[in-house]
Amino acid sequence: MTDHARLLNHRTFTELGARERARALLDRGSFRELVDPFERLISPWLPGQGIVTQADDGVVIAKGTLEGEPAVIAAIEGAFQGGSMGEVGGAKIAAALELAAEDNRKGIPTRACLLLETGGVRLQEANLGLAAIAEIQAAIVDLRRYQAVVGVIAGPVGCFGGMSIAAGLCSHLIVTREARLGLNGPQVIEQEAGIEEFDSRDRPFIWSLTGGEQRHATGLADAYVADDLEAVRNEVLRCMAGGPVEQTRSRRHAQYLARLATLGTPCPLLTAADVRDLYKENDQ
Amino acid sequence: MSRGHTWLHALANASEQPGFPASVRVVDGDLAGRRARFIAVVPDASNPFPRARNGEVGVLEGWTLARAVDEAIEADTTREKRALIAVVDVPSQAYGRREEALGIHQALAGAVDSYARARLAGHPVIGLLVGKAMSGAFLAHGYQAQRLVALEDAGVMVHAMGKAAAARITLRSVEELESLAASVPPMAYDLDNYASLGLLWEKLSVQQIESPTADDIARVRDCLAGAVADIDNDTSLGNRLGAANRQASSTVRQRLRAQWA
Amino acid sequence: METLTFQYPAGRPGRTRALVGCVGSGDLEVLLEPADEGQLTIQVITSVNGASHRWQQLFERMFNSQTPPALHIDIHDFGATPGVVRLRLEQGFEEVGHD
Repeated sequence: MTDHARLLNHRTFTELGARERARALLDRGSFRELVDPFERLISPWLPGQGIVTQADDGVVIAKGTLEGEPAVIAAIEGAFQGGSMGEVGGAKIAAALELAAEDNRKGIPTRACLLLETGGVRLQEANLGLAAIAEIQAAIVDLRRYQAVVGVIAGPVGCFGGMSIAAGLCSHLIVTREARLGLNGPQVIEQEAGIEEFDSRDRPFIWSLTGGEQRHATGLADAYVADDLEAVRNEVLRCMAGGPVEQTRSRRHAQYLARLATLGTPCPLLTAADVRDLYKENDQ
Repeated sequence: MSRGHTWLHALANASEQPGFPASVRVVDGDLAGRRARFIAVVPDASNPFPRARNGEVGVLEGWTLARAVDEAIEADTTREKRALIAVVDVPSQAYGRREEALGIHQALAGAVDSYARARLAGHPVIGLLVGKAMSGAFLAHGYQAQRLVALEDAGVMVHAMGKAAAARITLRSVEELESLAASVPPMAYDLDNYASLGLLWEKLSVQQIESPTADDIARVRDCLAGAVADIDNDTSLGNRLGAANRQASSTVRQRLRAQWA
Repeated sequence: METLTFQYPAGRPGRTRALVGCVGSGDLEVLLEPADEGQLTIQVITSVNGASHRWQQLFERMFNSQTPPALHIDIHDFGATPGVVRLRLEQGFEEVGHD
């Protein structure tokens, strides 16, 4: 393929909505949405707070196939309420993963891919969002025993809060240059730790610590791909083809504790380069 | 001593396991004739991470919880699985630059991973809420338990974010947030509203939560033993569903199942 | 937040249902579903209060120039401009395949 043809063929992934992303990843013609927006299973909590709901509560669950194998994709719509996890959207993801695990116990090799575009818990549904995230996490750990569970953080919202922990549980995590991954949002950190430690308006600084490139370079993400539909899809397929991962990153406490022990007391404020050096030896 | 630390010792009545950092205390005791590992995150004024000195769950705590639970899983692979009691008194996750740089989300995922695997392996896991159970800290320490038990006290609260920060982020005043929370159960900060969501297995009152009496300790231990018995062979989080204030969570599951195949 | 309803004469039923847009800042979600011949009903839930007249004008301008297909339309609006509303409705009509 010439460069020109490649350019013409390039299709952005990050600019697609959740539904289009799921459709684009699944085998052509296999996309089937479950609990679709016409069922109008909306948030029971937002209308009472004067907030307009979205008919799918910001989560698309699509069944279909990936290279002919049964698959489910849970895609979060980052444009609706910052991709926040409410009761309905959270339950959709948890239930999809639970059913996929159940399939595997019955001999149906259903695999799952999570398209993570979320600020974490939806504060208007606070404790029900948090509870749903705990169930999503439980279901990832369960399903991961049978199949690779692949997380994709494409951007532009990134993946934060309790869902960043869910990302950390996936068998494989794929990021792009537009991705950010972190537990706490920049404003909250600045507010708690002070602007000297964390300046939430210093974008280059924030990206240097939590951006997709850094997360990949420090081994906190497994694959770093271009914002290109084919590139994302190929990487998802490659990850799934490998089957379940035994020593997932979230099981490597011995390795991480050993690295943390070298930091001294008190631990100095770290730069992106410091972390790359520190975690270099974690690479397998 | 923090509440978590106090209750850890009150309930476990044995010496702490050596070799853990000062912010994560681990005691192997027993519960109704079964071995039990009690785990608490406690304040450590000289924590190497300055943002994790008040009992927050930070990178060190997350990975250490993972280790403490994983040790129990590995030691018990071929014998009766000990009960794991997460004594929960965690004001928040740690907020800081070091934390984000080092991937605190991954450390917390380590803790979640171990607790979830312990549950799946057949360990009865119980989250005992004696103080705050906030957000990511609770996800990492307690929320993967088959059963959640809370002591009734104004200082026991579960939430996704502290009031001040939640108000700022939702563009409301703290007063607006409070009045809203009073009419929206999942947003409330009090235990009764939390209990109405169906996530707690049991709520029990004690006489002196800060310095438990012998009777308090006996009642809580009885309750924990009851939870272990109730868990039986259940390795799921399924008993959290069914409350009227969490109806949509059940509806979603029913519909997805009906449309699944 | 405000809920508004509108009704207009329409032609034949739309052929299929469709969904366009999303409830993001300055955007709206439109769900279109075939309805009985001759009737177009619209329910608007909008974050912007007091704009009933603007919605009415916009719909009338669109449907005066061309008879819409018979549909029920749900709009979930998050502060979209009239231009964006019109664009989304046209996309929706395109997808339900009116003649």
